[in-house]
Formats: sequence, structure tokens, C-alpha cells
Amino acid sequence: MKIEELEQKAIDPGPDKIIAPGFNYATVTDKIANTVLMPVEKTPRQWWVTLLIAFMAMQGLVAGSFWLFYKGVGVWGIVIPIAWGYAIVNFVWWIGIGHAGTLISAILLLLKQDWRTSINRFSEAMTLFAVAQAGMFPILHMGRPWLGYWLIPYPSSMWLWPQPRSPLVWDVFAVTTYLTVSLIFWFIGLVPDLATMRDRAKHKWQALTFGMLSMGWRGSAKHWSRYQMAYLLLGGLATPLVVSVHTVVSFDFAISLLPGWHTTIFPPYFVAGAIYSGFAMVVTLAIPARKWFHLEDLITMRHLDCMGKLMLGTGLIVAYGYMMEAFMSWYSGNPHEMFMYMNRATGPYRFFFWMLIVCNILIPQSLWSRKVRQNVPRLFFVSLVVNVGMWLERFIIVITSLHRDFLPSSWGMYYPTQWDWAVLTGTIGFFLLLMTLFVRVLPSISIFEVREVLHHLAPHIADDDLAPQTGMGD
Amino acid sequence: MKEKPALDLNKIRARLESAQGPLYWKSLEELAETEEFQAFVEDEFAGRSPEWIHPANRRNFLKLMGASLAMAGVTACTKQPKETIVPYVRQPEDFVPGLPLYYATAMQMGGVGTGLLVTSHLGRPTKVDGNPDHPGSLGASDYFHQASVLTMYDPDRGKAVSNKGQISSWVSFQAALGATRERALLKNGDGLRILTETVTSPTLSAQIQGLLKEMPSAKWHSYEPCGRHNAYRGAMLAFGRPVNSIYHFDQADVIVSLDADFLSCGPGNLIYARQFADKRRVMTNVTHTPQPKEDEQEGYQAGAIPSRPNQSAGYADENRGPINLPPQVQAQGKPPGETTQNRLYVMEPSPSPTGGMADHHFVVRASEVEAVAWDLAAALGLSGATATGKLKEAAAIARDLQAHKGACVVVAGDHQPPAVHALAHAMNAALGNAGKTVTYTDPIEGNPSDQLESLRQLVADMNAGKVDSLIILGGNPVYSSPADLDFAAALKKVAVNAYLGLFPDETSVQTTWYVPEAHYLESWSDVRGLDGTISFVQPLIAPLYGGKTAHEVVATLAGNPGKLPYDVVRDYWQTQHNAPDFEIFWAKALHDGVVPNTAFKTVEVSAKTPQPSAAKPAQGIEIVFRPDPTIWDGSFANNGWLQELPKPQNKMTWDNAVWISPATAQQQNLNTEDVVELKYQGRTVTGPVWIMPGHANDSVTVHLGFGRTRAGEVGNEVGFNAYLLRTSTDPNAGFGVELRKVGGGHSFATTQHTQTMEGTAPVRVAGLEEYKKKPQFVEESQDDKPLPKYLTLYPDYRYEGYKWGMTIDLNACVGCSACVVACQSENNIAVVGKMEVTRGRHMHWIRVDRYFKGNWDNPELYYQPVPCMQCENAPCELVCPVAATVHSGDGINQMVYNRCVGTRYCSNNCPYKVRRFNFLLYSDWYTESLYGVRNPNVTVRSRGVMEKCTYCIQRINAAKIQSEKENRRIADGEIVPACVQACPTQAIAFGDINDPKSRVAQLKAQARNYSLLEDLNTRPRTTYLGRLRNPNPEIEKG
Repeated sequence: MKIEELEQKAIDPGPDKIIAPGFNYATVTDKIANTVLMPVEKTPRQWWVTLLIAFMAMQGLVAGSFWLFYKGVGVWGIVIPIAWGYAIVNFVWWIGIGHAGTLISAILLLLKQDWRTSINRFSEAMTLFAVAQAGMFPILHMGRPWLGYWLIPYPSSMWLWPQPRSPLVWDVFAVTTYLTVSLIFWFIGLVPDLATMRDRAKHKWQALTFGMLSMGWRGSAKHWSRYQMAYLLLGGLATPLVVSVHTVVSFDFAISLLPGWHTTIFPPYFVAGAIYSGFAMVVTLAIPARKWFHLEDLITMRHLDCMGKLMLGTGLIVAYGYMMEAFMSWYSGNPHEMFMYMNRATGPYRFFFWMLIVCNILIPQSLWSRKVRQNVPRLFFVSLVVNVGMWLERFIIVITSLHRDFLPSSWGMYYPTQWDWAVLTGTIGFFLLLMTLFVRVLPSISIFEVREVLHHLAPHIADDDLAPQTGMGD
Repeated sequence: MKEKPALDLNKIRARLESAQGPLYWKSLEELAETEEFQAFVEDEFAGRSPEWIHPANRRNFLKLMGASLAMAGVTACTKQPKETIVPYVRQPEDFVPGLPLYYATAMQMGGVGTGLLVTSHLGRPTKVDGNPDHPGSLGASDYFHQASVLTMYDPDRGKAVSNKGQISSWVSFQAALGATRERALLKNGDGLRILTETVTSPTLSAQIQGLLKEMPSAKWHSYEPCGRHNAYRGAMLAFGRPVNSIYHFDQADVIVSLDADFLSCGPGNLIYARQFADKRRVMTNVTHTPQPKEDEQEGYQAGAIPSRPNQSAGYADENRGPINLPPQVQAQGKPPGETTQNRLYVMEPSPSPTGGMADHHFVVRASEVEAVAWDLAAALGLSGATATGKLKEAAAIARDLQAHKGACVVVAGDHQPPAVHALAHAMNAALGNAGKTVTYTDPIEGNPSDQLESLRQLVADMNAGKVDSLIILGGNPVYSSPADLDFAAALKKVAVNAYLGLFPDETSVQTTWYVPEAHYLESWSDVRGLDGTISFVQPLIAPLYGGKTAHEVVATLAGNPGKLPYDVVRDYWQTQHNAPDFEIFWAKALHDGVVPNTAFKTVEVSAKTPQPSAAKPAQGIEIVFRPDPTIWDGSFANNGWLQELPKPQNKMTWDNAVWISPATAQQQNLNTEDVVELKYQGRTVTGPVWIMPGHANDSVTVHLGFGRTRAGEVGNEVGFNAYLLRTSTDPNAGFGVELRKVGGGHSFATTQHTQTMEGTAPVRVAGLEEYKKKPQFVEESQDDKPLPKYLTLYPDYRYEGYKWGMTIDLNACVGCSACVVACQSENNIAVVGKMEVTRGRHMHWIRVDRYFKGNWDNPELYYQPVPCMQCENAPCELVCPVAATVHSGDGINQMVYNRCVGTRYCSNNCPYKVRRFNFLLYSDWYTESLYGVRNPNVTVRSRGVMEKCTYCIQRINAAKIQSEKENRRIADGEIVPACVQACPTQAIAFGDINDPKSRVAQLKAQARNYSLLEDLNTRPRTTYLGRLRNPNPEIEKG
């Protein structure tokens, strides 16, 4: 098959294959490199549209943060007693989304799940961009953001250090560590492909840029040997982080004494929730991307099916978490805890609570069925629902626990303002913008890893130009 | 001025050419050296008639000059002149830069003066408190006193004398007034009228009386929109002469209030609340001996797991006070079995704080209070009294009263018609209370009169053209006089009218002359307290905006223009105390804030039972007019502290509402936030509905004082103006109001949305009998699960020095909210405005929670002031990422504003939600005049910073510094946080828990002591003493 044909139509090989038949090393490289090196005028129109929409949505963040810094956090809907609002909800949501990438790359790497290759680069990028969104919120959320660096331990002339008992300080460490390791992991994974790009560059500036980024990669056996070791080590390093980050984020709540927050189940429940939302976001992004860049033959139904299964699995853990929360609030015999759960289910925010149950538990049960997992629109729909559901989960945790706590006299209500929405849509826009740019300017599927998979699957086709006649099982 | 001649250009050119060296010139006129220009240069104030050339005015001028020089010598409290700061060559007495000075003065509300002590920082009054030596205060103050200092600095106050809206001068006004005087003298004063508020100032009374002597046909009218004309007429009815009734609740075991809110408003409320609370306070004789702490026991090893069996025992004995008390706290008091309390019956239409304290609360329509009073009188066997059957408990109450003859009292509210007052007087006489729990004196007013009648006469005369000069001293009659009199229209028929007022307001735009009034903190005057005691009003600062006092206006009218208020007051007192020791008398009275032996002697009067007042047809819904709880008759409408102060009953701010009972709301198909049009006697206003549990059915209450159009930036267009419905015939209540829903969705700014305790028990209450049987009733709460004594392996922090703590006695707290404003004033707490309060962002460091209990038609009301609990295990400290909130060595949970980055985690983790956050820049950094009101010892917080109650750390540290200088421990009672200082009932106690003799330690050792949410193991330092009710067993059973 010629590259032109591959470009024109991509045939999904179905749920058994992780790569469509007809690929050899060269066509894999051609196909993926083409998404980056294709001339500007050949860029799919949907890409431009998405870019424009994302850019416009991002203006919410620009305007929202400008107004915020100018006036103060009072432009949001936060009040006493609900002193944390969308900023924290969004922070936890984005951090959660940022879990899938590392999980796919690192844990599945260690577990030798080779179906991960087509989506790991993509999800790692998603991780980075999601964590970047999340990372903005703690700063935006502060009353005096210009003093945010006080949370970082540095030898200050005031002889003051951060207060180490506060989970917010742990957050600083957890999130920055995660961001750093994810960035390095992602970049290291990119180096061989960047070299490929450099070699195939059609313009001088492309060659120069990719050349610099590929850090002198020549593809020698020694490079590969060291590379493999480094990548494995980083994978090992990143794996505990997947668990630690959201555990620490959950401590923000679990350490407090608020009913609905003060729960020991929070760490595993948050991690599961994070992975759940992360996979949902990967599916949400992968489905349009593979369509527009005709990558169905590389991101196959098999991938989508696997991700559907993972969503189902993590979703069930999350459901278990909800159940345990309800059970423990009853079993504790603590009237505040019992009231808290009743208030969630029947109080003023009950609509959002039941929406959350529907989005996160009921609808995803359809993933038991292959007809949903292997049907692109249906799966896309479920992934969107889970994204919304996971956002609602954080909303319920943050808002409903705060709005009615111990003394009835202090109860209040939280109503987000347009600036809350502006910042939320703004970060979604910014995230999409980064993702859209990423799929166009960097190889969004790992070329060398797909070639490696190809090698494992059918070593005989490695050198000749013939497409394999039979399908490649996994 | 003459017309300017044309310039001689040739001359100018010649001059320029002939000039040697640099020649600076400003204008062509200067160059031309015209005559006009020369004249202009010579006349410094060109275009104005030089005062000193005119012989008559020169005298005035010199007088003024001389007087101000004299003034400069006698007072240390003038505004500091703007000049280079150099050290004093001779330092004023007692003055230490950086330390405040305190001056005694007095403020009047409705004519009744309360002695105050005002804090002055470098010549700026910053804080107003009660004068402990004044019998009407005993050191307490209410929120009007507290907030008055903000009014003084109000940038909207009148700043210039104006004539027909044009800026004029005091001298021109004096000239005009002089002309008025000349005219009036010719007619023997005919046509000259003076309209004042209630005046009890002996000096001002003497001034006006002197004037009236000079011009016998002139008249003095008084009108107070929320005055006491009913009490006056009631006294006339019962005794045939005006008297001033003074109640002595400290001797009353049974109190019946006929719609009298004596605990929170009206004359004497501070002292009444104190007396009432003293009879309610319960102090048990206890000796508190805690078990030795585990870590002090023998064989204790650090880190060892404490032995289990001790836990519950230790808890029961010791942990009731969550902070460990010192060994051997002894409290003096009675054993619980012998506890006594007074009993309060309240009959009222509209819930008041007094009603909230009632042991028996009867919801009665305002118009039916008289019927209820007749029932009671009949049950008491008053001759001529016939029962109406409205109050079925009348017999039981009567028996209770009769069992306490001479130790009970019946109080009639100022809003009730004269007959009710007269009946109350008669009942008190019959019960032998006169002279014991109620005493009568001569009226304290300088002009005792039926003020409504007085105003009605004035308006009639104005309309009849009998008034050619009207001098209005204070008040705001155009806004606040009854709608049927139409004062504004009548004013147009008066040729010369002048108005002296603090603000350019609704009245000032209608009068020809407006003179800005000096605030009482800027004035010399004197005033009588409720018992007649006189206090001097002395200025803390020179008038900020050149305001004048009534003394000066009357002096001018009396032909003494330029006589200064200081001289007026001093001259008057020289005649009163004509003795060689006058200087000593004067200085001492000024220093102490009271003139000794000026309280009135009681007079013997005999009350006769009145006739029932002619029954008005009780048709339709009743409308009740009340002064607003926080902005009163509207005179405080421009005061942000009072606008933002939650009204004690419904915690609403920045608004007034149509209060309506739940049943009537249902019947009328109305809901809270609906907007209704009230139609009453042909007039209409539109206002939002508030469903008020405990309100009388078929009755609505509207509060006066809102809907101002010219109050100032703060008070304009807030709420609706209920004065528009109020007539002189039915000023307090009337029938036949029609409600028509015209809209909905009015947004109320309330600080408490949840009305009930929702199954929790923040307020713990027991009946007196229950308490006698089980003094530890506070432990019976649902929240109160026994905690293991040791939830941590670490030993407690040992407080070797001080260990501050606070108790709040719910038995004594009447919910008056004086503490809230006192705290706001002391701690520079920002006002956030209606919008922000609506969202829930008010900044008060201490709030008074209000809970309803029982049925909606007549619920019990409970108040609970909540400041920071200063937890020993403070949840906020644990979660702050930058250590901006930390524990001090004497146990206070401190807030370090400079370090705060605003994550707000502390607030989330605070179970009491006492932390307040500057979501936006709430402190006013830009209004210069408000800089002065701030306490220089407290940081003005910027945006993005958390804040909360500090137990007034600035006062603690000031006392610490003083005690360390004197090498001693701080004595109990030496540190008084602002809330404690203001509290009329001494419900709040503060002190060192380590000192077994301190009041706070003794209170914490009481069986009623409990802490809020103690199951959370926060171990608060602020604890509560459970409330006791003393219901009549006879009624309680039935």
C-alpha cells in the first residue's frame, strides 16, 4: 500500500488488531510523520475549526484571570462557608485527567501491554497539558497570588518555611514532581521520533528545530540500549507517582475535619476516579483525532475496546467508593456524617448528586456490552458523560460538604459566577489548543514503538515492502 | 465690581521695553499697572466685603477670634493642625504619643443621655464605650453609641452653610438670624417657632426658655418620630401629670411586658438589660478539683498508651471544660437546688429581643395588647377593669404577680396607646410596686409635651400662615413627620426657615437655610440620663466640617451671636453651681462624665384606673410601625456599620421588610421575597415580604427609617419608606392595610439562612426545675459523645503564664448585638455592602446566631454570640500552608495577616465558620475622612487575607506591656475585649483560666459550661453556659 492510499483511507481492522494490516516500517513512519510534515494547506479543516474554537474558549481564561488578578477572588462565587469553589473542583478534575497518560505509559509499559503504543504518546501529552491546567488553579485560587511562592520551601529572609503539616504544601511537592517526571518521560519518549522528524523534514527550519530537540540522536545500538534502560527506569519512577499525586490531592480533603471530606477511603477512591476520568478524556480526544488524521488503522477498535474496559473497571472502583462513603456515614453513627450524606442526596444540590450517580455509575455500566465498547459514537458519548460525571463528583465533594457543615447558622449556598465559568471553559480551551497543536506539530503516535510492535508481530515483513496477508493477532 | 477698562497696550509695550533684567509677570493687567489691579493686589480676598471694616461685624470677628484663642487654650482635643511635626515643647497633661486618651462625654438618643468614655488617638476619637460611672450605662453601650463615631467621620455630612442651595457662610446666617430676631422682637416673638427633637439638655432648655421669656409669643415645639408621646399621655391619664417612670428590674422577680422591648431599645435599655440579666444569672457554688493529669501521675512514661479505665472518669470530671482548669477553682454562689431566676411574660405583636428572653411569650396583635392588659387588670382585681377574655392565662399570671407583690413589675411599651400605660401604672400601684420596682420622677425633658400634638399644632399654624420664622434644630421632620401632616408643604408657607442638621437631607433641601450641625463628639453640651443624672457632652475633636451646635443657633437668636457653645454651657453651669469651687466642680464633672447629685428625686403619685380607650373598628389587617432595630428612625441610615448589622430578630441587613406571620402569609398567598404593595388610608408603598415566625396573625410590621432619598451615599434608596404610611392619628398601629402582591424575587441580604438548629444542639437549654435536679444538663446533648481523654500521645502544652479564655452566658445574652458593632469599631472591620452580604461575605468577627425552636406561630428564640473559639486543637492552624495562623504561648489562635496568602483552607476547616475572608478589597482605602475612625493598633486588612476574632490581642498586649513595666501579673478584669466591654448584660467574660480566682475560670467550672461541637476535640477556649428558662409551672402544664 502506498502512503497516498493510507492517507486517503484508513481502515479500522476491528477489535482484534492493534494495527491494521498492510503496514510496514516505512509506511508506519510515513503515515505518522505525515501528520506533522504534511503541508499547511493539507491540514484537515476540522483541525482548523478545533483550533479556532479552542483559541476562542481560551480567551475565557485570559479575561477571567485578568479580571481575577485585578479585582480579587471575590469575582468568583466563593463565599464563607464555601470558600473553595470551581478553582479547586477544576484543579482536582484536571489533575485526575492527567493520570491516564502516565498510567498508560508507565504502568502498562511495566505490565508489557503493547497495545498501549498507539496511544501512549497521545495520552502522555494529554497528561502534561491537563496537569498544566491544574497547575494554574492553585495560583489563581489564592487570595494573594503574587505570594504563591511562599508555599515553596526556600531560604527566605523572613526565616519562615512552609507549614509542613498542611496538605497544601504536600500538594506543591506532589504536583510539581508529577509534572516534572511526566515532562521528562514524555520528552525522552519523543527523542527517537524527533530524530525521525529531523531526518524527514521538508524545510530547513523544521530540520533545525527537530534537530535541536532530538539532542543528537543517531539511532545507534548504544543509543537504543541506553534509551531502553532510561525509559524503563523513568517508567518505574513515574508509576508510584500515579498513585501518589491523587492520594496527596485527596489529603487536601481527608486531612480536614469536615463531614464528607474526612474519610479514609479518599486516597484509593481519588486515584481510581482520576484514572477513570483520564481514560475517559483519552477516549474523548482520541476518537476525533484518529478520524481527522485517518489514524483508525493505528488507533484501532482494539484500543478503544481496551480503554472501555479500563473505564468500566475504574468506574466500578469509584462506584464502590461512593457506596462505602454512604455506608460509612451511616455506620459511623456520627450525626454530622449522616446528615452530610442525606444532604447530598436530598439537599439543594441533589440534582447534581443524582446526575453524578447517573453519569459515573449508571451510564458507564453500558460498557459491559461490546456493542457499546466497540461502537465509536456510543463510546464517545460514554466518555463525555464520564468526563462530566467526574467533574460533578468533585463539585459534590467540594461544595456540598462545605455548604452545610456543623453549625446551621453558618450554612450557605454556592452560586458560580460568569467568571467561574469563564475560567473553566478557558482551561478547557487552552487544553484543547495545546492538544490540537500537539497532534499537528509532534508525532502524536510513537513511530518507533509502533514499528517495534510491528516487529514483534510479524518480523518477516520487516525488510520487504509487502503487506502481510494475514492479520496480526496480539 | 466696576467694569474693567480696556488695557492700554502701548503702555504695556513701553514697560516691557524699558524693563531691565528679567521681569516676571502674571497677566497683562499686572503689566499695565491699572488701578483695578493695584486694588486687587491689596485686597487679599477680592470681591468680598471686608468684614472688619464694618463696625458691627468687626465686633463679631474679634469676638470669634478671641473665643477661638481661648478655646485653643482650654481643650486638648482639637484636630491636629497640619504643620511640620515637632515634639511638644510642653507636653499636654497625660499625653503619651502612641497611647490613647479617654474622655467622658455623653450621647443622647431620643433625648435620653448615656454617659460614654471615648477613646482618642492623637486627637482622633476612634472608639465609643459606656462610662462605668454613669448610672445609665455602667460601662455598657449599645450599637448606636458604638456606631456614632462612624457618623462623625461620615464624608456625606453637611460641610457648608447654605442658603437656598447656594453655599453661604455662618456669618451670613448669623446676620439673617439677627434680622429674624429683630423682626420677632417687634412682634413679641409672634410667628417665631423653634422645632427641636426631645431636649433634655438643661443648658439648651434654659437657653430656649430664656428666649421664650424674652419673646413670650414665640413657641417651642418638640417632635421625635419614635418618641415617647404615649408614655407621656399615659402618665397624664394615670397621674394627671407628666412623670418619668424608672423601672428597677433588679428587684423584680416577675415581669410582665405589654409590648415593651425594654431590653434592646428605648430609654434605659442598657441598665434594664443589666438588671434583668443579674436576676437571671445563675452562679453555682462549686469547688472544682480535677483529677491529676495522666502525665503527672506516677509511673507516667512519655509515649506510653494511657490506661483505658481512666478515660471516661477523667472525662466526666474534667473535660466538661475542654481546656483544663487550674486546680481548686472555687465559685461563690448558691447550690443549684436553691437557684432562683426572674420570670418574664411578654405580650407583643412583633418579635423583639425582649420577647426572645421571655419565659412565656404571647403573640398578641398590637391592637389587642390593651385587651390583654384589661384581662390582666381584671384578674388582678382592679376596680373598673373588665375582662375581655383574650388572655386565658391571665389568672395564672395574676396569681404569679400577686405572689410577688412589690417584687414584680408591669411594663407598657412606648408603642402602646396611653390606656395601656395607664393600666400598667394602675396595676403596679395595685401590686405595691410603685416606689419599689418602678419609681416616678419629674420628666427629664426640658419641654415635656405630647410631641405629636405639638407637631400637629405647629403644622396647623404653619398652614394658617401664623408662622413666619421656623428654626428646626435637628431631626429630619420633612422625612419623618407623619404623612397626613405634610410637613414639607407647610414649610413652604414659612418665610424664614432654617435647619440645623448633621446631614444635608430631605429637610435641608426644603428649608431656606441649612446649617451643618456639629456631631456630639464635636460639641459642648449637657444632657440628662433616664434618672435625671446630668452628663456633660465635651468635644473630642474640633468640628470636622465646621458644624455648629444648637446652643450657638439659639444663642444667636437670643442676641448673642458668636457666643461659643463652651461658654454657653459653662456660663449656664456657673449659674447652677455658683460656688467658689466651680473650677473643681467643672473639671471633676467633665472628668467623671456625670454631674454629681443631679438624679431626680422620686415623686409620689397615685395612679387611677383609666377608661378603656374607644375601640377602633378592628377591620382587616393591622399595620404596626416600629423604628428599625438598627437604623432607628432613619437618623443612622447613612451609617454602614448599622446598615450591615444583622437585625437581631431575622438577621437581615441593608433592608427593611413587611413582617408577616407564617399563617397570614399562607392566607394571603405570600412568601418571603415577594414584593407587596401596602395600601393604608389611601397611601401606598411597595416593600418586600419577610415571613417572621412568632409574629401576630392578621398583622404586618413595617420598620421606619428606610427609603431615604437624601441620607448620603450609604443610606440612599435602601429599603422602603414606611413613614409614607404613618399618620399622626395612628402613629404606632392601625387597621385596614391592604396587601397586594406586585412582584417577587426581592433579594434580601441575610447573614443566617437556616432558622433552626436542625437537630444539632449549639444552644443548650433547660428549665429551671430541670436544672435544679440535674445541673449538668448541658451534657445531655446529642453532640456530646464522651471523648476519650487522650486522643493524642503527646502531653498537653503547659501554659506556665497566662491562658486566656472566654465564657458566654446564654442565660444573660439578650441578643442585642452591641458586641458586633463594638468589635467592628475596635478591629477596623470593613463594611462590604448589600451585594456582598447577600452572597454571604459579611465580615463580622463576632456574630449573634439566632435559632427558633418549637412551632412557627410562637417559637422560642435563642441567641448565641459566636466569636472565634480559639481552639486548643485548632483545625485552622493545621491546614495553613504558610503558617499564617498559629498558636500563641498564652493559647490564642493568632492570625498573621502579613503571612496570609489566602488559600482559605483554614475557613473550610473551621467547624464554627468564624473566619472571614477579604474576597475583594473591602477596607475603604480611598475615603480620606474615614482614615480617622480606624484603630491605629489594628491592621487594616487588604484584599485576599483571612481575618477573625483575636480576643482583641491589641488590648491584651497593651495590658501585658503595662503589667511588665510594673512587674506584676495582669489582674483579672484588666483586659476587656471590645465585645465584653460593650455587653450590657455582662454575658461575656474574659480572663486568665490559669488564675483560679478569675471570673472566667469560675464560670468555666460551672456545671452549665459546655463547648460548641466538643465531639470534634477542638477544645475551644470560648465556652458557653447553658441557658435556663423559668416557665410558670401552672401555664407550662396547661
